[in-house]
Amino acid sequence: MVDLKVQMGPLQLKNPVCTASGTFGFGSEFEDFFDLNRLGGIFVKGLTLKHREGNDYPRMAETASGMLNAVGLQNKGVDYFINSIYPEIRHYNTEIIPNVNGSTVEDYIAVTEKLNEVEGINAIELNISCPNVKEGGMAFGVSCPSAIAVTEAVRKAYDKTLIVKLSPNVTDITEIAKGVEGAGADAVSLVNTFLGMAIDAQSRKPLLSTITGGLSGPAIKPIALRMVWQVYQAVKIPISGMGGIMNATDAIEFMLAGATSIQVGTANFIDPQVSVKIIEGIEDYCENNGFNKASNLVGAIQA
Amino acid sequence: MKHIQDFKVKGYRRLNPENYILTLQGESLETAIYPGNFAEIAVPGAPGIFLRRPISILDFNPVQNTIGFYIKAIGKGTRQLGRLAEGETVNLVYPLGNSFSAIENGKALIVGGGSGIAPFIQLGRALQHNNIQTTFLIGGRTKNDVFLTDEFRESGEVLVTTEDGSLGEKGMVTDHSVFKGEFNFDKIYTCGPDPMMKAIASIATENNIDCEASLENMMACGIGACLCCVTPTVNGNKVVCTEGPVFNTKVLGW
Repeated sequence: MVDLKVQMGPLQLKNPVCTASGTFGFGSEFEDFFDLNRLGGIFVKGLTLKHREGNDYPRMAETASGMLNAVGLQNKGVDYFINSIYPEIRHYNTEIIPNVNGSTVEDYIAVTEKLNEVEGINAIELNISCPNVKEGGMAFGVSCPSAIAVTEAVRKAYDKTLIVKLSPNVTDITEIAKGVEGAGADAVSLVNTFLGMAIDAQSRKPLLSTITGGLSGPAIKPIALRMVWQVYQAVKIPISGMGGIMNATDAIEFMLAGATSIQVGTANFIDPQVSVKIIEGIEDYCENNGFNKASNLVGAIQA
Repeated sequence: MKHIQDFKVKGYRRLNPENYILTLQGESLETAIYPGNFAEIAVPGAPGIFLRRPISILDFNPVQNTIGFYIKAIGKGTRQLGRLAEGETVNLVYPLGNSFSAIENGKALIVGGGSGIAPFIQLGRALQHNNIQTTFLIGGRTKNDVFLTDEFRESGEVLVTTEDGSLGEKGMVTDHSVFKGEFNFDKIYTCGPDPMMKAIASIATENNIDCEASLENMMACGIGACLCCVTPTVNGNKVVCTEGPVFNTKVLGW
């Protein structure tokens, strides 16, 4: 019997497998496909203080081994989440982790303060890495001083587990990771999408209404894996690793590189049952390779 | 209920080099499938095709556990779906999306063009079941682009327009004489290219007729999780895969 439990700072997950924000709705979209209670956690769709319409269509383009998106944080606002969505999903026996967004530090604080009061929510993911909004978002996450400032401010407003989601669109991700660790983050999640672009040569038009968007899928996996490994060596706080995880082997690679838990993102669109297959795959791998705890995989590459 | 399920290729009916009907057979079949529903099809054997393809469900047979798709080969994915071997496994996530609402009284006009005719076999049957007098108006560039008219004729009158006049009346669907003179339909259903649907929606609005259109936006997940496939509406952006693909054209602001 393998012990799958992992510890993300103060937050314990029953297993390392979570679903990534923006790829799993609020969970209920997937309940026809598998028992959501099996998940380690669900990072639900990004929330902002006020309702957001998101960007214009087209917001998506398929690319080689991946896809670009430019959704732009379409959501009905944090109050709607707390009052109308969370009561419908709170019965799941898994961690529901809201993804917090803002255009200003004050926005981030306001959203956080509201979530801090919600019983049953034990962690938030501070998103300073959304590439698809004009104001805020990734702008906070690509400069060390602003990443630190927003993390410090949100830390003061939040009593439970604070996970900061990092952008890969930086020169040195370890500097940002160390900065937010110093500012009080309990954990970091990485990576968000890579800024990318696609063009239709025939029409000579960009394929996204926003021209640029966020690249996800297996195309980014080797870069994401490298960043997890670098951050693992740079900080002491746990890492939630993601970027192109399509199966259990990919997830195990992220754990070996230093991720304590992982997030499944774009793969949910290809196979809505993939997360549960990854949980089973990690368990099998541990059994077959003499690991009695999944947490013993973390950082266990033999370099 | 939504399912993820493996099917096998049962066979093809080739309509012309670019258009075909793919029939899949499963060990079981979800039969709560309604006109306008679609499936997300995982395209087998094609590296480089990353996402599933959302394809409208043409028809299904609960006795044989078969499900059919009318597909127009317009890109990598839809071309590859036309090249599968009999017995090859195809994974579906289905049935997805909302559906057309069949009226219970009055007369219905169904206007389709291109691959937009796919939901109308099922819709025609549903209207027939409600004893609705249904007229199908199908448009194409030439007579070689007009398909399934025999199937539509089983549940109503069939009118055709072609741009070159090789079949039916010459012109676009909106030029058809059905729209001239006395014009007494209680509901219009449309699916096809956006300019065609918008033109039909304007005719519906001018004549104060309720109109539903099915949109063909690009999708990633198909189940309302990614929010990539939105359409603008009078109530803001709506998610086509779950709040559609069928919308009242007033809601679309058309």
